[in-house]
Amino acid sequence: MSEQVVLLAHGSGGLLSHELVSSLFLKYLGNPILNALEDASNLPLGDASELLGGQLVFTTDSYVVKPLFFPGGDIGKLAICGTVNDLAMRGAVPLYLSAGFILEEGLPLRDLERVLASMATTAEAAGVHIVAGDTKVVERGSVDKLFINTAGLGLVPPGVRISAAAARPGDLILLSGAIGDHGLAIMTQREGLRFQTPLQSDCAPLNSLVSAMLAASRRIHTRRDPTRGGLASALNEIATQSAVGMEIEEQAVPIHEPVRAAGDLLGLDPFYVANEGKLIAIVEREDAQSVLEAMRAHPYGQEAAIIGQVTAEHPGRVVLRTILGTRRLMDMLAGEQLPRIC
Amino acid sequence: MKYTDEFRDPVAAQRLIQEIRVRATRPIRIMEFCGGHTHAIMRYGIRQALAPNVRMASGPGCPVCVTSDGDIDYCIALARLPGVTVATFGDMARVPGSRSSLQEARAAGAEVRIVYSALDALELARREPQRAVVMLGIGFETTAPTVAASILRARELGLKNYYVYSMHKLTPPAMRSILDAGEVHLDAILGPGHVTAIIGWRAWGFLPAEYGIPCAVSGFEPLDILQAVRSLVALQGSAPQVVNAYSRGVTAEGNRVAQGLMAEVFEVSSANWRGLGELPASGLKLRPAYAAYDAQLAFDLPRPESPEPASQRGCRCGEVLRGVVEPPECRLFGKACTPARPIGPCMVSAEGACAAYYQYGGSLV
Repeated sequence: MSEQVVLLAHGSGGLLSHELVSSLFLKYLGNPILNALEDASNLPLGDASELLGGQLVFTTDSYVVKPLFFPGGDIGKLAICGTVNDLAMRGAVPLYLSAGFILEEGLPLRDLERVLASMATTAEAAGVHIVAGDTKVVERGSVDKLFINTAGLGLVPPGVRISAAAARPGDLILLSGAIGDHGLAIMTQREGLRFQTPLQSDCAPLNSLVSAMLAASRRIHTRRDPTRGGLASALNEIATQSAVGMEIEEQAVPIHEPVRAAGDLLGLDPFYVANEGKLIAIVEREDAQSVLEAMRAHPYGQEAAIIGQVTAEHPGRVVLRTILGTRRLMDMLAGEQLPRIC
Repeated sequence: MKYTDEFRDPVAAQRLIQEIRVRATRPIRIMEFCGGHTHAIMRYGIRQALAPNVRMASGPGCPVCVTSDGDIDYCIALARLPGVTVATFGDMARVPGSRSSLQEARAAGAEVRIVYSALDALELARREPQRAVVMLGIGFETTAPTVAASILRARELGLKNYYVYSMHKLTPPAMRSILDAGEVHLDAILGPGHVTAIIGWRAWGFLPAEYGIPCAVSGFEPLDILQAVRSLVALQGSAPQVVNAYSRGVTAEGNRVAQGLMAEVFEVSSANWRGLGELPASGLKLRPAYAAYDAQLAFDLPRPESPEPASQRGCRCGEVLRGVVEPPECRLFGKACTPARPIGPCMVSAEGACAAYYQYGGSLV
């Protein structure tokens, strides 16, 4: 029997569309809100109502990664983590997600099912529900297999103010773990490079790590996940938005050896390579140690490190003290981003 | 300790830097031939650490950068031919020619594929027998052997749709050309590690013998470079010689197998270099025995006019490649010309001096 694939009729709105929704989408992503299949969903605040008095935050992102499945993750896991992490970076508790799917005619249903199962597992781990959805099918060649858009709604508890513009001189800069894993895992997979220790994407939902950090200190001024453009670009964004300088110790920045090796081979500097399960936190100096300990006690922060400090000098600029002890400016990513890694 | 850590040890690096600073009592200007060296020197802040007495000047060792406007325009014209797939290393796709780049040609419908090796291009030809696949042969003695191997393999497989447009260049003639021109005073040369792994360190013997300056062949890790610089500084005032500071990769005679592949498929020809002009015996073209694989013969495509070369737009890549100016001296640098919108190839390539200065060379003040 030939493999079952997505047909244009699956997007027609007719019988096949309904079958696809009930047999696959609701099977994996279903919950009382989504199952109602209304044109728009009512969102009860339930347990989160004690957060009222805080602020709603809202974000959206589209996912076009190639290949769909890579070591350490897949496009579905990425679509949940990316949006959950954007909410979490602002100190929000992620509540609800929407998910839009654009499917290419001919996509094996088995692949779609794998992606949906992965989304379900990741959403459950992150404690979020998918409460609105949409599916379109386009002709072969109009998209590459499967694109996903997710939008997310979260609530920031009263009193939490985390912003890329809030870093202050004297603050310490914390990083939750090793950099470069996601971008290089995908590039080596795409180029068919084999390493003795295979590279794994770090793709992970960071909201529970964020909660653990907030429990350790409320004096976390800034948080950002260094995705496209990598650590160097994210630090530069914060330095510019907060109008402060930064001094980073290259030696303090954790980089896994296979990432370094693959980076050397492909000519990619891990400081500029995307991460999908890491965060930068800029913390009041006196609280840095307790935040660091809270991070290291969490599964997604075991390799956390203090990598530098915020300065009043050279506002808007990030200076790297290299492993050789020399100092140089660490600028934004200047060249091209790697294509379609998220 | 990991293999790479040995060559990035901060304590050893600081010791070497101190030693170099103490020994370099007079100003010394060293040209690093290779763009890979330029990149590492900027990445690790070695340039600033050695200043002011040791000054590093970047050289012509970036294959994409030295490709002439005419050659780039010809590659784009090839890509526009119906039924032709052009296979190229990634950097080349973004280099602007007189009117557009391969990347823009691709967006307009041309078949341009990025490959990491000529053997990938050969595989394309095998999979798509109805299309003519042209590999853009860019690079020095390091890449020419693999392109030669791809042609030999194509012959073994009996492929009739695989071609090479050879723009391969040889490094020693470029070095000679810069020294002969005498525009920039050089006290020593940091020799290219990968190229020398192929051609052998004896190939640089003409530097001490004919020009009276020393050459240290270097690897690409920070400590490799510092050790090579230290030996060049130590040689000042004594008899010049070639030092092999990259003995884990380089021998006196080089890689005989790779040399044999090159000699089998290619013959030495004159070549047109950006910045250096037409240099005799500085390029590689296909031997008559392999004419069937020569894209220039197969397509009979007239060389397009190059109406507005980059230099006419104010680009100083040519002078950067000769070590006459440093990238920030170009008035386009970082303003009209950035890696996102490059005007000249030195801002495009990962080995280009302008790209390295732009990414890593920002002033600390």
